[in-house]
Amino acid sequence: MPLSPSLIGTRYPEFRTSAERGRLRFFAQATGQHDPVYTDVEAAVAAGHRDLPVPPTFLFCLEMDNPDRGKFLRDLGIDVRTILHGGQEFAYHSPVCAGDELTFATEVSDVYSKKGGALEFIVRTTRVTRAGEPVATLTGTTVVRDPKAAR
Amino acid sequence: MTTPVLKPGDALSLEAPKVTRTALALYAGASGDHNPVHIDIDACRAVGIDDVFAHGMLSMAYLGRLLTDWVPQDRIREYGVRFSAITPVNAVPVCRGTVVSVEDGLARLDLTVSLPDGTVTLQGRAVVTTD
Repeated sequence: MPLSPSLIGTRYPEFRTSAERGRLRFFAQATGQHDPVYTDVEAAVAAGHRDLPVPPTFLFCLEMDNPDRGKFLRDLGIDVRTILHGGQEFAYHSPVCAGDELTFATEVSDVYSKKGGALEFIVRTTRVTRAGEPVATLTGTTVVRDPKAAR
Repeated sequence: MTTPVLKPGDALSLEAPKVTRTALALYAGASGDHNPVHIDIDACRAVGIDDVFAHGMLSMAYLGRLLTDWVPQDRIREYGVRFSAITPVNAVPVCRGTVVSVEDGLARLDLTVSLPDGTVTLQGRAVVTTD
């Protein structure tokens, strides 16, 4: 069954979180990041950061921690094994560091299909703020490859 | 970090480490993306996928490392990619970036990640400030 365009505008409940230093160090290890700025607070401060900087793609990881993200897919009957990440964009408005309290506000900004419905696309836009100030905007495209396999 | 002058034609590349199963397990843990298609071959086979494959965002993180090796992170204004092919387990992705234009204090970069057989797995772009 094709995804309904009426999903456009669906909002996830706002979600608050912060990047922990330990997780950022683990992320640096997992991505082969050897620059001490990303693991050593003294090196980060010496380079002009307030604390360990959150790397360019890590906001996506925090966005994924939104418990409603998985619920949204389950509610649509989508098995995560049938999805692919089609694209991801970041616009950065203000630097983000470990410990910053961030609010993620996500909504479905587009839904469309290709190849006669064999591929369906869900586009999410997430505005990330810190004390009300915008720090980043994320746009992610999820591709649902074969919904029938999940049902 | 020294502040490089960016001009059209400047290019940088970075060979990522081999994307082993251990690398995928570590990335799953660190990123919070526990989708079994990246870590569990049994779950893959149950839906007709032969083997695990890499998180697209792992390649995007390697490419992000190429950017932060180039300019201090605070100069990155936009960074976006389209994932065009999957990265099989044990592949060795190569990240490349080229400055395509410099105008009004902003440099535009074209970015790719490809595999040794020429498959382009990711196409992207970034906008960074020139100072």
